[in-house]
Amino acid sequence: MSPFAAQGMTPVATPFFFYMLSGLAIIGGLLVITRRNAVYSALALIVTLLAVSGLYLMLYAPFVAGVQIIVYAGGIMVLFLFVIMLVNLERTVKERQFNRMWPVGLLAACALLALFLSVYEKGKGLFERSAYLNENFNTQNTQTIGVMLYGEAHRIGPYTFAFEIASLLLLVAILGAVIMAKKRI
Amino acid sequence: MSALTSYLGSTAGAPGTAGFAVLGWAVTPGEANNQLWALIYVLIIFAGVSVAVIAMNWIERKALAHFQVRLGPMRVGPHGLLQPIADAVKLLIKEDIIPAEADKFVFWIAPVIGLLAAFTVYTVVPFGPSQAVSDMNIGILFMLGVSSLGVLGIVMAGWASNSHYPLIGALRSSAQMVSYEVAMGLAVISAILMTSLNTDGTGYLSMIEIVQEQQRQGVWFIFKFFPLGLIAFVIFAVAMVAETNRAPFDLPEAESELTAGFHTEYSGLRWSLFMLAEYAAMIAVSSIAVTLWLGGWLRPFPNWLIGPVWPHEPVWDFIFALFPGLTFLGLGAIAVRGTVRMPKHPYFRIQTIGLGAFAAVLAGIGVLLLGIAIGANASGNANWLRASEGLSNVYWFVLKVAIFMYLYIWYRATWPRYRFDQLMKVGWKVLLPISLGVLIVTAMVGVIVS
Repeated sequence: MSPFAAQGMTPVATPFFFYMLSGLAIIGGLLVITRRNAVYSALALIVTLLAVSGLYLMLYAPFVAGVQIIVYAGGIMVLFLFVIMLVNLERTVKERQFNRMWPVGLLAACALLALFLSVYEKGKGLFERSAYLNENFNTQNTQTIGVMLYGEAHRIGPYTFAFEIASLLLLVAILGAVIMAKKRI
Repeated sequence: MSALTSYLGSTAGAPGTAGFAVLGWAVTPGEANNQLWALIYVLIIFAGVSVAVIAMNWIERKALAHFQVRLGPMRVGPHGLLQPIADAVKLLIKEDIIPAEADKFVFWIAPVIGLLAAFTVYTVVPFGPSQAVSDMNIGILFMLGVSSLGVLGIVMAGWASNSHYPLIGALRSSAQMVSYEVAMGLAVISAILMTSLNTDGTGYLSMIEIVQEQQRQGVWFIFKFFPLGLIAFVIFAVAMVAETNRAPFDLPEAESELTAGFHTEYSGLRWSLFMLAEYAAMIAVSSIAVTLWLGGWLRPFPNWLIGPVWPHEPVWDFIFALFPGLTFLGLGAIAVRGTVRMPKHPYFRIQTIGLGAFAAVLAGIGVLLLGIAIGANASGNANWLRASEGLSNVYWFVLKVAIFMYLYIWYRATWPRYRFDQLMKVGWKVLLPISLGVLIVTAMVGVIVS
């Protein structure tokens, strides 16, 4: 814990918070896929998202944690609930599932598990420690993210291109949604 | 909460002097990593906000009544001063009804979520440079994020009631909050952009640093790049009324159409939790506006009116430190006037005595605050001076927030309710483009100036 001690930070009960938040995230995730009622699934997903945001805080990434709460828990999940409430829930609860997709689901789950295991095995070697992470990365977390995404004075950041491509993709998705939803443009 | 927030304190004080530093109001408990004092601050703020909600309840009823040329509550206590307490007792002893077809768990947890979201925000509200529970370096993000969770409580309440009007209220509420949050966020960003116009070129998300940056730049952000700061502030002021579901944007609880909207099925204590959450959220968003645009705890002209007024004594700081005490003395004088004007009939004797006692309490607080300010100035003791300065900081912050609370009542008395399509039109077609434009122009002016 040397980099934090240098800043005079003494994290309190770290293992407790880690296990509590991870447990909440896992239980929430299980509830999302096991509840028949879609509103309960959405509420469980909110719990998971908040727990993950707490884990970001423990990783000294407060900016990502704040954005996670604003965008996912406060924005997207409210829209989810909005849509779910408009759907006739009683019918979907009573209706029997007729499609048999579980082999595909199992395959996807196995692939994801393999990915997680390989990341766990390879560990740190996969991600080289960025030069942008100096000893002030806790207090200057937001600035660091800004520099990495947009670059400094006369130099583009390492992720500028990927970030701009992602925003272009989002723009295309927004236009697609508008065109599909509107009868006459 | 205190343990978690201690992770987020941006800078830490010297460990050995941490306890003392908090006692002397030098740093926030979060910065000093002192959980006990953080807990005490949390309790003080919780009590203070609850008292403010009670006071707001009374003032709103009286002010609305006076706007409509009525007297308002006059029976319970002198001038209805004990009416909020009577209401609270009534709500506490009312039967607690859960509709038979309601979803019990969600029905139970919805008001709790609303209340938690409204009160958690106060962790980072800066009542002064050290008068806050903690100073997070993502302060404003934290505030916006947690206050946006409040809508979940409303949506869950509307759905769990399993009834038509609450469901419509909840749907309206979620649509309204999601739409207005966009304009609100863009207005906030243009204020945050202004914090970066310094020699460093780095801005701040920390609530305390935002206020201190206004002092360093020598201007409240509402007046910066006139009229850009003012426009952003007005957009925020409109969006915050919509965010808190207050008139003229109170469609989720429109009485004439939806009986009581999302809390139609709620009664007694649970209903009062919703009311408490609504008023706490109103105070919280007002304090965001005060922090970002109105200089937070800063007194008027902190850079200009400094040093001695007259050749040596008194200094301006001392003059402004007298304001809290003088305000309470003024309130006491109003209460004395009310006491003198009470009818001289024996029926009114108890009420007259009660109002007189209330006046004495207000005047006593005023004398105490004046005594602290004058004593600190006379003795020159550093700790006393810091305490006096702290009281003065809290006073200016609360005064600015109180102006917003009065504006909320004024809006409610003045404007009729919007129709839902008008509401959406204002949000998406007026506020959003203007706030985007203001953001872009602010950025351009900032680049040109710096």
